Amino acid sequence: MGKKKLYAHHIDSSWCKGCGICVAFCPKQVLELDKNQKAIAARPEDCICCRQCELRCPDLAIEVICSKTEVSNE
Amino acid sequence: MAVKDYIRERFFPHMWCAGCGHGIILNALLHSVDDLGLNKKDMVMVSGIGCSARISGYVDFHSMHTLHGRALAFATGIKMSKPDLNVIVPMGDGDALAIGGNHFIHAARRNIEMTAIVMNNRIYGMTGGQFSPLSGYGAMGTTAPYGNIDHDFDVVDLAVAAGATFVARTTTYHVHELSDLIQQAITHKGFSVLEVLSQCPTHFGRRNKAGDAVDMLKMYKKRTVRIGSDKKKADPDLIERGVFVKKDFPEYCREYDQLILKARKKK
Ligand SMILES: Cc1ncc(C[n+]2csc(CCOP(=O)(O)OP(=O)(O)O)c2C)c(N)n1
Ligand code: SF4
Ligand code: SF4
Ligand code: SF4
Ligand SMILES: [Mg+2]
Repeated sequence: MGKKKLYAHHIDSSWCKGCGICVAFCPKQVLELDKNQKAIAARPEDCICCRQCELRCPDLAIEVICSKTEVSNE
Repeated sequence: MAVKDYIRERFFPHMWCAGCGHGIILNALLHSVDDLGLNKKDMVMVSGIGCSARISGYVDFHSMHTLHGRALAFATGIKMSKPDLNVIVPMGDGDALAIGGNHFIHAARRNIEMTAIVMNNRIYGMTGGQFSPLSGYGAMGTTAPYGNIDHDFDVVDLAVAAGATFVARTTTYHVHELSDLIQQAITHKGFSVLEVLSQCPTHFGRRNKAGDAVDMLKMYKKRTVRIGSDKKKADPDLIERGVFVKKDFPEYCREYDQLILKARKKK
């Protein structure tokens, strides 16, 4: 099965206010808050590129960079 | 373009509290404008006063931060003089329906082409938590320490009755739907009203024991349904989301142009 390939999560920690919304609603539990209450991608390999975290962040602090199309997993 | 090309980055991080729903609305609006491929030089955002109204400072469009409740009046002037501009008017619940209630119903009645977004957190966030016409019966606020005895407006019913030709509702939890509805509202050729339930964890959440931003979003997920869902029959208190009205009707600026032509011919 093909899926979109994740290249990176760009998280701007100077904009993140640690509300935890991205962490709570990620369907794959990819994200966590670190000890400074800033979002980090703890398990990027599980990300399915749904971009819900990017869209739900009230602080525009996350950008999910993915392939435009589905690519097959080697 | 990237979403960040549509903001004034120098004003970030923004002034809204951690978890404030107004940021999610800004986020969805930027993604919507980007998805529609709109040119920021063609966009105008006009706002009044409130935490919600601060949104106009963050977008890199033409923008005007005006008087409490009067954003639609300023926006009407802009649209009448430059009808090709795409006018977006985000308003708080107090801004739109308390002090601005009269402007709201008359803009809807005229069917002037613009997008009114009601950022409904059911409270006056900016001034510290007073109840608004959308707080609803039983809600707590600084001005309702024993619970509010005023009943709320239903923004959708009010907008429909006043004549808005596009009327929709969603929440800050339903982000894909939010982006889709903003796009439909922007492209509609008439007065569009989109009500977005938006969490204010700082005042509404705290005073109403509704938890933090995450809890409030979970509540939007649990207590709202798509229009026509059977669940609503079993539980009438559920709030419906979706497009309630979308109709063709003569638009005000176009009518005005016709009127000018008519007047010139008479001379
Ligand atoms: C004419 C006038 N009256 C009252 C105020 C004080 N005031 C500022 S914001 C506000 C209400 C804000 O509530 P809302 O519109 O719901 O926006 P929110 O802050 O909740 O986003 C009020 C009453 C004002 N600025 N101008
Ligand atoms: S949603 Fe945004 S602001 Fe909130 S914790 Fe995640 S990255 Fe930070
Ligand atoms: S894109 Fe989806 S799966 Fe990936 S981190 Fe964000 S919410 Fe989680
Ligand atoms: S007071 Fe409420 S509405 Fe204002 S920024 Fe804070 S959370 Fe948002
Ligand atoms: Mg409000």
